[in-house]
Parts: sequence; C-alpha cells; structure tokens
Amino acid sequence: MPALLEVRDLKKYFKTGGGILHAVDGISFALEEGKTLGVVGESGCGKSTLGRTILHLLEATDGRILFEGEDVTTPSRARLHALRRKTQIIFQDPFSSLNPRMSVSAAIMEPLVIHSGLSRDDMRSETRKLMDTVGLAERYANAYPHELDGGCRQRIGIARALALNPKFIVCDEPVSALDVSIQAQVLNLLLDLQEERKLTYIFVTHDLSVVKYISDEIMVMYLGRMVEKAPSDELFENTLHPYTKALLSAIPEPDIHCRQERVQIRGEITSPINPAPGCRFMARCPHASEVCAEPQKSEEYSQNHSVSCCKCGELNKRKEELIR
Amino acid sequence: MDERNLLEITDLTVEYRTDDTVVRAVNGVNLAVKKGETLGVVGETGAGKTTIARAILRILPNPQAKVCGGRMFFGGQDIMRISEKDMRKIRGNRIAMIFQDPMTALNPIERVGDQIAETIGLHNRILRADAQRRAVDMLETVGIPGERYGEYPHQFSGGMKQRVVIAMACACKPELLLADEPTTALDVTIQAQVLEMMQSLKKRLDTSIILITHDLGVVANVCDAVAVIYAGEIVEYGAAEDIFDRAAHPYTRGLFNSLPRLKSAERRLKPIGGLMPDPSNLPEGCKFGARCPLARDICRAENPGARAAGAGHLVKCFFAGGER
Repeated sequence: MPALLEVRDLKKYFKTGGGILHAVDGISFALEEGKTLGVVGESGCGKSTLGRTILHLLEATDGRILFEGEDVTTPSRARLHALRRKTQIIFQDPFSSLNPRMSVSAAIMEPLVIHSGLSRDDMRSETRKLMDTVGLAERYANAYPHELDGGCRQRIGIARALALNPKFIVCDEPVSALDVSIQAQVLNLLLDLQEERKLTYIFVTHDLSVVKYISDEIMVMYLGRMVEKAPSDELFENTLHPYTKALLSAIPEPDIHCRQERVQIRGEITSPINPAPGCRFMARCPHASEVCAEPQKSEEYSQNHSVSCCKCGELNKRKEELIR
Repeated sequence: MDERNLLEITDLTVEYRTDDTVVRAVNGVNLAVKKGETLGVVGETGAGKTTIARAILRILPNPQAKVCGGRMFFGGQDIMRISEKDMRKIRGNRIAMIFQDPMTALNPIERVGDQIAETIGLHNRILRADAQRRAVDMLETVGIPGERYGEYPHQFSGGMKQRVVIAMACACKPELLLADEPTTALDVTIQAQVLEMMQSLKKRLDTSIILITHDLGVVANVCDAVAVIYAGEIVEYGAAEDIFDRAAHPYTRGLFNSLPRLKSAERRLKPIGGLMPDPSNLPEGCKFGARCPLARDICRAENPGARAAGAGHLVKCFFAGGER
C-alpha cells in the first residue's frame, strides 16, 4: 500500500542574529493511511516545526513532501487551498488558538464557510453534528471561548479540524494543557474518531506515556534530528539510542514499588544554531567519544527500527552478551 | 497538637469574593506535616492546591481572598493569629516557597546572585559580603557555577532559573519548604535532575516539604505522605503506600485509571466522566458525586466527612473501598 504521506530529507532552517537555526534537519518517514506516527522530544527539538512544515504553515527549506503520492512541497495557491481540506491541525493551546470574539458555533463553522459551498442551513446542521461528534453540548453553541474550560475548548479545536472531513491531522500537543482526567477523555475521543473516519495522525508531544498509548509508530527527535524510530511496542521494549533510554528513565512512574534505574544525563539541550555536524546528543551522552563527532547516519537496526547512533551496535551488543 | 508535627492545619477554609460571587476555594482542609517529611498535595487545576500554600504563608491576594476559618500551627506557634511583623520573620526564613513558574518568579533586572543574597541579608544580621558569599555557596549547591552570580535571569535556561528559585528558597535553611509545581514547566530530563537535587537538599538541610503537583509520577518518586484534593476538599489522605496501593476514594482511583502508563498494554483509558464542579456553586453533598460511578442518593444529600480506611488513611466517601 502506498503511503498517504511521505517526507524525504525535510529541512527547515531559520535565520537568526546568531546564525542559522536548524529546527528540522533532514527528517524522512512514510506514513500509511489510518496510522498514527508519534513524534516525541523535549522543548526545542523541532517537533512542532516539523508538523507545521508538513502542513505548509511554514515553508520548507529543503526536502520533499508527498501527499497521496503527489509532490506537494511547493504547491500553487489553488493546490494549497485544496490541500487544506485534506490536511488539518489541532493546536496545543486551546486558550490562544481560538478567536475570543467568535462564538463556538461560528468558530466551528468557519472552515465550512471558506471551503464547503454549502447553504447556510446545511452549514448550521453540519456544525451541530460536529459539536455532537466531539461531545460539545448544544447549549454551548452561542458561548464564547472564555466561558469554557480547557477540555471544552480543545474539543472546539478538534471540531474545527474535523469540519472538512480531512484525511490527515497533525495533533500538536493537543492534551498537554489539560488535566489528566480531561486528557484521557480527549485522547479517547481522538482514537474513536480515527477508528470511525480512518484518520491518519501525526501526534506531536513531549509526553512519552501519551505517545505510547496513541501511536503505531514513534519517532524520537533531538535538536532537529531523528534519533530513533520504531513501532510503538518495539521502541519501549527494545530501546536502543542513549537519548531515548535517558528520556524513558527520566519519566517518573506513578508507582512506588518500581525503583527506577535512572540514566541521568548531564547538562541541558545545546544550541540549535549552527550545530556541529556530528551527533547532536554528543555533549550530554554518557557514551560519547571521538567517532560521535562524525555525521551520524540513520541505520536500520532491525526491521522497521532505525537508530542514528554509530555506537548503537556496540552498546547494545554488550548488553546482549551480558544477558547471555 | 501533636509534638512531632512541624505544621498542623485544621479546618482551613478560604473564599475568594467578587462583587457577585463567592468562590469556595478551600473547604475545611486538615493537614499535618511531620519533621523531615515530604507531603504531596495532588489535584487538578482549580482544586485549591496553590491557595493552601499561599494561605500558609499569608500571601493570598488581598482583599479578594479571605481566610474564613481554621487554625494553623507551625512549630507550636499559631501562624494565623500572630502579627504581620512576626510573620515576616517566618516567611522566606523558616517557611519558604518555590513558585511554579521560574520565568516570572525572578526579578528580570536584578542579578540572580543578589536576589539570593537579598533573602539572606533580610533574615540574618550579617555583612553584605558574607551574604554574597553564602549566595555563591547556595548557587553551587544547586549545581550552578558560582561565577554566574552576576548574570541576569534571561541568561539562564528554564531549568537553571528553577534552580535559582530553589536556591533562593533554601538560602535561609527553611524548616518547611512549599514547592508549588516546581517541575511542571520543565522538560522530563531536566525535571529528573531538579527532583534529584531537591531530594539531596532536603536530606542535607532536614527540611520538610509540601510538594504541590498534579503529577502522580512525581509524587510516587519523592513523597512520604499524600493528600488528594478535589474541589477544595481533601478527599483522601494517607501514607504514599495507602494512596498508591490501596486507593479507596473513587476520585483517586479515577485519576490512576486516567493515566496512560508506560508499563501497560492498555489500548483504552478509563477517564473520569464530566467536569469539576463550579467552585462558586458547589453541590450540597459529596463534591465528586456528580462524576462518581458509585454515587447514590445519600451522596447528593450529605457530605460524607473523613472516615478512616486504615491507620492514618482517611477517605471522604460513604462507599470507600467499594468494588473497583
């Protein structure tokens, strides 16, 4: 089956006073219809920029984006307009992504007004259906965003993204502003919608437990680069890259009996401006040596499991030997 | 009052008043912190966690907030009745607070070292140079090189700023530290570093901590006792083992079920339905009644009050420990 979305060596650089900021630096992947790719990383790793570049909210510096087999890297205005119907985004912050002067129904109807060509009455009934789909009570139709809590607002964002029946949605940290009990409601809603409508998601988040729960495949990013990509279960059972290991071990588990073995990493994320050509994680990596200063290639370690670490083989073989 | 308790709060009630509404933020809260103990206060947005911390330090917004009742003893002293002058000797000295957002907790136009030295100078009759020397020591204790004394907050990353805030809070070796979501604004790898540092600092200074958080993972890692708070009431209170192994309140259980876990293959979360009640219009009976799967008529009519579910394990529920 051909991929719905394919990204090849995508780059997005920003010019800053201090030099070129490499926000996304050579990311490639393919995503099949109905699947979810989770993109995880810490703040500043380029995960949101990646999502936005794919949707042409930012213009790619280099690389190619293929949607339904067609090259859409530099679409014409008309092509982009058509593309917007099929590709949508749910934003992180339900507090700043909604127009405070638009009522709930007006906000949800807006994409229909722009794209659908339906009659006013049809748009209204469509809006009601959408509100019902995402679980917004009808009495909220004339309410304004400030009257609603975070969970409800995020549902408006989801309804807006769904309005044109898209095929593909970038979910940019859709639950990180929400409390856990509400977060679970919204995550379940996203999964239900995916089942019903065969939606394809890119799910951008910093929360590994959320990403595990929702994704078929996970890509871990660090400073604009992909460090590891694998099917969800494989990544957690057979973690290979030192950064992924550190990230996993840093998550506090809500369990008082599992004494976690911490892989402490020193220091903080280094600057993405004019980065050195070698491994981006080198400065914090406990296993770093001279070879890491060479550019890293992403290699398939096992089926569908790729890692960008030249020491990966060595590090993980040693572990296997130890087990034996 | 129990001799072993450093802080004892009974029946604390706080309201926020505006022209036409009364928001009951904290309703009859009982808490005790033993010497050297870390108490976790867990709850969702708007549950009243921060209000409790601010009430302890008597820094609630004036005149909107009003402490309507209760007593607070700190080291045998009734800190609700003492004069403001005496309170100033305690605040920042014997009880200190780490604020949630390190970006706004620091003065942007003052050197970070001076901000720490100011706290020290305020509570000790020492020379300016000695205060500065102690500030340098404090910076090094939290893992910041002393040479950075003269830098300004904008020159620090988020994690580093939070370290400065912690250094400031611990500068006078407080007996009680109120940590309000100290790691919420940080990335997981940095969070792990900061938590580790707080733990070692706690051991060295023999400080008691009240850790306010919404993250059960963080609680599991550092807390001895836990209070779960919902709509301004403590619904469950006990040792960490009581809460994590024998959670009895339906809300606590609901929280655990809402969490996506790294170590589970669960494909669907079980969220708590509905939303937190409007704090300006709280229900008569159990505050959680409207969302509770076990609720019956009695729950809507009467507030259950705290019941013992085991030694030192209190639960506010008529049907606590009922079927899961």
